[in-house]
Amino acid sequence: MEKSLVIKPEKCTGCRTCELICSFKHTQETNPMRSRISVFCFEKVGFSTPIVCQQCSKPACMEICPVNAISKSEETGAMIVDDIKCIKCKMCTVACPFGATIYDPVLDVVAKCDLCYGDPQCVKYCPSKAITYQAADEAHILRRKSFAEKFRGFYEEVNK
Amino acid sequence: MFGWMGKILRVNLTKGTIKEEKLKEKDLHQFIGARGLGTKIFSDEVDPKVEPLSPENKLIFMTGPLTGTIATSSGRYNVITKGPLTGAISASNSGGSFGPELKYAGWDGIIFEGKSEKPVYLWIDNDVAELRDASEIWGKSVFETTDWLKENTKEEAKVACIGQAGENLVKYAGILNDYNRAAGRSGVGAVMGSKNLKAVAVRGTKGVKTADPDGFFAAVTEARDKLAAHPVTGAGLAAFGTNILVNILNEFGGLPVKNFSEAAVFPTAEKISGEYQAEHYLVRNKGCFGCSIGCGRVTRIKDGKFKSWGEGPEYEATWALGSNLGLDNFEAISKVNFLCNEYGMDPISFGGTVSCALEMYQKKIIPPEDVEFPLNWGDGDALVELIKMTAYREGFGDVLAEGSYRLGEKYGHPEYSMSVKKQELPAYDPRGQQGIGLNYATSNRGGCHVRGYMTSPEVLGIPVKVDPDATEGKAELLKLFQDLTALVDSAGMCLFTTFGEGLPEIAAQIRTLTGLNISDEEYLLAGERIWNLERLFNLKAGLTAEDDKLPPRLVSEPMKGGPHKGRVNELDKMLPEYYKLRGWDEKGVPTEEKKEALGLAYY
Repeated sequence: MEKSLVIKPEKCTGCRTCELICSFKHTQETNPMRSRISVFCFEKVGFSTPIVCQQCSKPACMEICPVNAISKSEETGAMIVDDIKCIKCKMCTVACPFGATIYDPVLDVVAKCDLCYGDPQCVKYCPSKAITYQAADEAHILRRKSFAEKFRGFYEEVNK
Repeated sequence: MFGWMGKILRVNLTKGTIKEEKLKEKDLHQFIGARGLGTKIFSDEVDPKVEPLSPENKLIFMTGPLTGTIATSSGRYNVITKGPLTGAISASNSGGSFGPELKYAGWDGIIFEGKSEKPVYLWIDNDVAELRDASEIWGKSVFETTDWLKENTKEEAKVACIGQAGENLVKYAGILNDYNRAAGRSGVGAVMGSKNLKAVAVRGTKGVKTADPDGFFAAVTEARDKLAAHPVTGAGLAAFGTNILVNILNEFGGLPVKNFSEAAVFPTAEKISGEYQAEHYLVRNKGCFGCSIGCGRVTRIKDGKFKSWGEGPEYEATWALGSNLGLDNFEAISKVNFLCNEYGMDPISFGGTVSCALEMYQKKIIPPEDVEFPLNWGDGDALVELIKMTAYREGFGDVLAEGSYRLGEKYGHPEYSMSVKKQELPAYDPRGQQGIGLNYATSNRGGCHVRGYMTSPEVLGIPVKVDPDATEGKAELLKLFQDLTALVDSAGMCLFTTFGEGLPEIAAQIRTLTGLNISDEEYLLAGERIWNLERLFNLKAGLTAEDDKLPPRLVSEPMKGGPHKGRVNELDKMLPEYYKLRGWDEKGVPTEEKKEALGLAYY
């Protein structure tokens, strides 16, 4: 079964370690603007969450690419950009509903999450385990569970 | 250049000019960055006798080489200036995302000099920097100012600013960034206010380069693993924040109560503890930039008269506004802590000043007619009024805004000020811990716990457990802690990393990032150099060994109860040894040989 990145915003502390590790692993410098994952902090409501490529089953980036430079990795299921085929038209960065495909001006390449070829570093280094790498068919169970936990909270409240 | 960006901005507020300057490689190698580099530049350029709130004082924002990199908890910047509270050199340190963003814009730091005629803010968009009119935000709180700047520059900009306290020159006003993080101590915000500089907003899209990417990644990973495995940085601080210390210090008998006038045991400490905070008020944990510890708290008081929300309160604020004032209402403490952030002032010094006022009022030294309402221990409602009066310098608040020492002096009793070099002491009674007393007395920026955190070995047993009541060996351990802390602050790291990391891990990260191939000992020597340069500046500013003193109470009034009952701080037993180990003469002046050995003979 293919695995995917599962985000748990309720665990995110907004530290942006995922951005740093991602940019460092892919570019050897620390630069959030070149990271394929970004954290958004809403300081005034105390909320933060990472946003990253969801490796869609119907990927808009792949469909819009005029030269078929984006293909699905057979190993990991990640959408991978072929730098040689890519003409840097950046249509994919416009088409992606998450803004997860980016243009890196330093290297003149289109970059997106490649799941680090099966060993995602953001998952490894996230200190609060807000990003996990799991079989896609298990992901929804975890979401259901986190909502179930909220119900449990209400139940306890009522029965106090 | 690796790690460092290699250039800084020089902003002359009098003339309204902005210049780019290259950093000298020799200075970087000798003083590393942030606190050290800022101190080097500041001491080279500013007359130590300068009046802190005059245009001749300078205000330096400086990051370290590790700031904004993958190194854990390395998002720090320092503000270096001559402090208006102390008259000593001040380096005030803050986390959040502001420091990294400044580096991503291509700058290691900013030097502000002179004074603007009208309120201004500095807007930095990568290579382009400009001074802009701040009249619309003058008079606004930190939150309002930050919101306005994000709207009027770029949404993704990071902001450091002052609130009303800084504008009104409250002697312990801080500089706040990312809404809730603070370069809080010694009144750096008042210096900013005196220059009519409301804020700095910055947006950067560049990166920090690495000399040895594989080596750096390995060094960072090793350090990160150590922090994750350590009980304090891997578990305790994440679970309960810094307030985990309330119960620990209370059981230890070192949690000061009512201006240090009672036994350092607070009977209802449980009600202001990190455990209580987590159970009743915690919304979520909050991490500073690149932090694997995540000690920050987002706290919400849902209803009632203290309804509020924000980040914190941290241990120091909880103590200063809590047991220090005989107050065990966590909701009131939180509300006042959030107001400290909004107005932009240091909760330690505010709490320490109010406790001094309370004690003198209760002892009838301050006559009732001098204050608008009665001052009683444990009165949360009065505290909410007092903080507002202080931020705006209204009525009695105008006296409180001067800090506890000047307050005590005004009424002829400076001995009730629990301060060193006029800066209020933090949350550890030095009668229960001999070493922390020596640290308070010798701290270059006045009463402070984050210059040499002796609570770590004396209470927590990190890296080794030492007898808190003993004086032997404390001077030696403190010197090491102070030098290492100076290095950590200068690298751009958070001091909390030193719970789990030692000199080898810290040096390895700086070395592989910057390519500065010097030994661990030479890195530590940089810390010692920085410490001595701060000391030399203070001596030239007019401070002497007479200022390396604790308040009389702490060396003469025995602790009234608890595990350290009957003890006083025996500073006189430790201080001469400390001077000797430092290579200073009996008056606390660095000898010529010492200066020579550290490369400071020029100063």
